[in-house]
Amino acid sequence: MTRMSWFNTVSLTLGFAFLYVPMLILVIFSFNDGKLVTVWAGFSTRWYGELMQNEAFLDAAWVTIKVAVASSTIATVLGTMAAYVLVRGGRFMGRTLFSGMIYAPLVMPEVITGLSLLLLFIGIGLDRGVLTIILAHTTFSMCYVSVVVSSRLMTFDRSLEEAALDLGCSAAQAFRLVTLPIIAPAVISGWLLAFTLSLDDLVIASFTSGPAATTLPIKIYSAVRLGVSPEINALSTIMIAIVTIGVITASLANKRQMVRQQRDEQSAVRS
Amino acid sequence: MRRFALIAAPYLWLLALFLVPFAIVLKISLSDYAISIPPYTPQFDWATGIGAFLEKLDFENFIWLTEDDLYWKAYLSSLKIALISTFMTLLVGYPMAYAMARAPAEWRATLMMLVILPFWTSFLIRVYAWMGILSNEGFLNQFLLWTGMISEPLTILNTNTAVYIGIVYTYLPFMILPIYAALERLDDSLIEAAEDLGCSRLTAFWLITIPLSKTGIIAGCFLVFIPVIGEFVIPSLLGGSDTLMIGKVLWEEFFSNRDWPVASAVAVVLLLLLIIPIVLFQRNQQKQEEADT
Repeated sequence: MTRMSWFNTVSLTLGFAFLYVPMLILVIFSFNDGKLVTVWAGFSTRWYGELMQNEAFLDAAWVTIKVAVASSTIATVLGTMAAYVLVRGGRFMGRTLFSGMIYAPLVMPEVITGLSLLLLFIGIGLDRGVLTIILAHTTFSMCYVSVVVSSRLMTFDRSLEEAALDLGCSAAQAFRLVTLPIIAPAVISGWLLAFTLSLDDLVIASFTSGPAATTLPIKIYSAVRLGVSPEINALSTIMIAIVTIGVITASLANKRQMVRQQRDEQSAVRS
Repeated sequence: MRRFALIAAPYLWLLALFLVPFAIVLKISLSDYAISIPPYTPQFDWATGIGAFLEKLDFENFIWLTEDDLYWKAYLSSLKIALISTFMTLLVGYPMAYAMARAPAEWRATLMMLVILPFWTSFLIRVYAWMGILSNEGFLNQFLLWTGMISEPLTILNTNTAVYIGIVYTYLPFMILPIYAALERLDDSLIEAAEDLGCSRLTAFWLITIPLSKTGIIAGCFLVFIPVIGEFVIPSLLGGSDTLMIGKVLWEEFFSNRDWPVASAVAVVLLLLLIIPIVLFQRNQQKQEEADT
């Protein structure tokens, strides 16, 4: 490949500037001393201090993490089961309906999902709180997990499973010893995706939460509706930092694993 | 037996928490508004059965949607905003995907990560970031005033312009990724052949690159268009009082007016509206899968 043309360089530079400058401004101004968010008044970390004292935000953050861990874990189990059934399950009654229900939530507008779940919870008399948000988040994120895992299941060599069965494994053993280790990276990225979706969700959580349980996005949304605030900038910076560290660590780990795999394959060829 | 449990667990979960709730929405959309808790009178009663239900069935809420012009204006305006912003996202996303596909191979993984990273960052925060930029005393106006390009601050926040910027910004990765995937597979020798045969670079781009990345373009456009139709956060934070989008109308109908039957009817019509693009999208994906195998 030759040098990049000036057109490509310009479009990449402008494109990435567009993607990153807004977040950069947010991060810089979270260290602003002044109350006005658009005028620089010197460096300070006072908004981080005030954030740490804000009980309401801390409570909401705790609820959000609880919901995200619980819902993404249940969603990973159910989503992996669903993917396995769809790819390996063969024919069964209502398979079309099942795959439809797996794909539909991916394109369903959040306002509709939220509204319908709320009407269900009220219909069966379930009080809205942490539990209802977990149920709601599990429902839509298990579909994302299932899509991620089934794309991995579709590409892997089935003869490995068959070999395990021939060598005397039971179906459960073959799954645990052969299938699961191979699809593990997809299962983990499914969990991470479900976790992030749950952390992020405002609309569905607003419909399904009660006065007893407020999540961080709901809290941020109600604060932000009144305008820009330095405390929210500080909170956003913390969240951006966590995500950035997470994504970079994951991609480095991924890269190292790929290098190791290549080396193993090469040494296998040599020996 | 074990196979049965494996199928039953996710199946029953989705039936109970996806299909049944939607049936409830359908049912409430056909009932009457009442000032009570819950604020509707059920139309369907197990005791009187289906006969009485059909007798009373009147689609009153749906007729209301056609009579009050707020609703159909909101549907039309959502469609318009979604169409325009999808096109704008394509205009911004295509050159980026193209440049990424032609970048040196060792850069591509990093560029890819740079596109995906914002996707993992909170949607709400990314929308919020623009509030500080677009407001009257925001960074964009400060910058433009400083360069002397304008003498008075522009009103951008709380207008449709801000909504378009917000949509392009947040949905850009969804447009770039499928187009990049299509362009990366493109065989460079095809373009060289076209140039050898006398095509100008632009003609070769138009006759070869664009048609061969068509499935990526279509996939990207639907991935932006479908969720934007029902978008709530962006019009609510960046749009103004005259920004009509159906997701916002539904939210207000439910939380402010507390008219559940009308909110449910709005949801049903929104879903009907989305069925066509969803089916088209599904077909495009299938075609692509068939081409891959």
